[in-house]
Amino acid sequence: MQKEMAYSFPDEVLKHVFSFIQSDKDRNAVSLVCKSWYEIERWCRRKVFIGNCYAVSPRMVIRRFPEVRSIELKGKPHFADFNLVPDGWGGYVLQWIAEMAGAYPWLGEIRLKRMVVTDESLELIAKSFKNFKVLVLFSCEGFSTDGLAAIAASCKNLRELDLRESEVDDLSGHWLAQFPETCTSLVSLNISCLGSDEVSFSALERLVDRCPNLRSLQLNRAVTLDKIANILRRAPQLVDFGTGNYAAELQPDVFSNLAGAFSSCKELKSLSGFWDVVPAYLPALYSICPRLTSLNLSYATIQSPDLIKLVSHCPRLQRLLVLDYVEDSGLEELASSCKDLQELRVFPSDPFGVEPNVSLTEQGLVAVSLGCPKLQSVLYFCRRMSNAALVTIAQNCPNLTRFRLCIIEPKTPDYLTLDPLDAGFGAIVEHCKDLRRLSLSGLLTDHVFEYIGTYGKKLEMLSVAFAGDSDLGLHHVLSGCESLRKLEIRDCPFGDKALLANAAKLETMRSLWMSSCAVSFGACKLLGQKMPKLNVEVIDETEPPDSRPESYPVDKLYIYRSVAGPRFDMPPFVWSMDEAVKILH
Amino acid sequence: MENDLNLKATELRLGLPGSDEPERQMIPRPNKRTLSDIVSEGSRSTTEEDHQDTAPPAKVQIVGWPPVRSYRKNCLQGKKHEVEGGTGMYVKVSVDGAPYLRKIDLKVYRSYPQLLLALENMFKLTIGAYSEREGYNGSDYAPTYEDRDGDWMLVGDVPWEMFISSCKRLRIMKGSEARGLGCV
Repeated sequence: MQKEMAYSFPDEVLKHVFSFIQSDKDRNAVSLVCKSWYEIERWCRRKVFIGNCYAVSPRMVIRRFPEVRSIELKGKPHFADFNLVPDGWGGYVLQWIAEMAGAYPWLGEIRLKRMVVTDESLELIAKSFKNFKVLVLFSCEGFSTDGLAAIAASCKNLRELDLRESEVDDLSGHWLAQFPETCTSLVSLNISCLGSDEVSFSALERLVDRCPNLRSLQLNRAVTLDKIANILRRAPQLVDFGTGNYAAELQPDVFSNLAGAFSSCKELKSLSGFWDVVPAYLPALYSICPRLTSLNLSYATIQSPDLIKLVSHCPRLQRLLVLDYVEDSGLEELASSCKDLQELRVFPSDPFGVEPNVSLTEQGLVAVSLGCPKLQSVLYFCRRMSNAALVTIAQNCPNLTRFRLCIIEPKTPDYLTLDPLDAGFGAIVEHCKDLRRLSLSGLLTDHVFEYIGTYGKKLEMLSVAFAGDSDLGLHHVLSGCESLRKLEIRDCPFGDKALLANAAKLETMRSLWMSSCAVSFGACKLLGQKMPKLNVEVIDETEPPDSRPESYPVDKLYIYRSVAGPRFDMPPFVWSMDEAVKILH
Repeated sequence: MENDLNLKATELRLGLPGSDEPERQMIPRPNKRTLSDIVSEGSRSTTEEDHQDTAPPAKVQIVGWPPVRSYRKNCLQGKKHEVEGGTGMYVKVSVDGAPYLRKIDLKVYRSYPQLLLALENMFKLTIGAYSEREGYNGSDYAPTYEDRDGDWMLVGDVPWEMFISSCKRLRIMKGSEARGLGCV
């Protein structure tokens, strides 16, 4: 029953048009045009992304989108990566799987990040979805190889199994043998996080053998160097490969076998793994280096000269992850060899050492900013920085979209002038107009937040630690950053005023994390009371927040918008400030 | 009773090795600000420290800082000594009653409190506070080490630098042997 309008189309035509619209943002916009478009769109939405699993309930998602084939869910706050979120906080996927098992029999793809996934959940996935194709468990935990065995055994058309950075209870390597002989569909397999020494290597070899479409394979540390050649010869079509252990006594036949195996992989563009590297085996890679666009050497404890040699063979490199053993000299070489570089991550080899153990300073990053005009994404750990260097970097790289700098010692000032680093970071936000993600460090006053609020109009995620002087800092960010979605703060003197004055802003964001700040319990309660669309959760492992005066600061605070109301799976150390919940108590 | 100097030379303090009064030293150095959020399993210092409750201890690890994920930190632990050309100091650690030994790199630690905290975490036990007079009295466990001369010594008696240069292996003693250790 279409309205009699000259420009109305039958549903089927609209559906067909909508099928070309893939982005969530566009689909959401489409659904707002009118009621009939909303209806048509919701029946043909196949992919749903839920950035906070507590922002909405499974039932609500299922009710609105009845025909979903692919779902992505994120659970714990980002600071969980650094042990700031206690175990048992939440992020359980089981309820989601249980409800989707009934509602979405054709669900084919599940992607989870920072969620707790039990073997029971995996077993439920294995038996509920007949057309299951893709399982990505990114930084998840709570499951064992038993759960993986269930997936392997039941999912006849599995294409992707990616366990990157997850914590798996590795009970036995035999789960790999559970893939039936008829399973030939694997395109991507990432088992790099598996811990134990037991990997059923023969099962792995047979699996690789029978999956001609395998493009991406990441082995775990247990797989030794001598086995790599066997695998590569079975899968010369690989595009993305993660080695296991890259160490062995130097033997000419092992070396030439390995070099030959690598050179037979004509499509290989991306390498990772490289635990325990023996530098003498790196030249085995030289034949494929000219094609490499991505190299993850962040576990490779090799020194600068060896890194320089390797990197100088990779002129097409776009992405490099490396330890600070690369040193300034290595980064200077990178800057002159790799003009296509877009992403650089430099990790600390000795994060808790007081004195620098390597010669890596701000100079390395400055060199890369000068030599690599396409640089967009930076994660850099170092021990000293200057405003001058940051200004130079900002001016050299106006296209930066992600800039995360970690000066290891908190509150470190500009090493040349002893000033705060406000001006330097100010230059970053001012020049890099497309900056979406920023992490601050070093000595910073409220001024840096003034710059961020003024210039950071596209900023979506901001991480702050040991910075600022007063509530004004937080106020600048909340009132100025129009695109802000995620804000995480630790150890800053931000209190009630800025938070309460900008309460409405919080409804436009995904989440706010504040720990070891100065927000009082009273303010949390007030926020919970006044803002029904926010879940305000106080985390305190030592004692209930109401056992102290209301003016006392809370230990940790996590605020997120939600249409689902307060959650019911909170552990004893998490308190919801929701009015309704308090009445029930 | 105790000679002040003597006590200082041998007491367990939360301080950088060689530093006399760590708390005072920290404040004027601009890049070593005092830290508000510090993890500590309770001060291991002696009575001398009690009145200095406003002065923070020296470099103890802050929870979650620097922001490096655990699996990355774990990867590095095993390799430090190789990279530094063999200057790491791996010693075996045995705990009475445990089925197998562990190995730790003493170079990773800068003070007794750090080492003891790490041992407590590794073996899930409590070692308790050291005092010169009574050792680890009151605790169920006492850390001991074998020195260059082959003698078994109580951990904490000698200055840190001397300890790491003479320690060949560690043994965490338990039970009645441990209690009263140090009371000669």
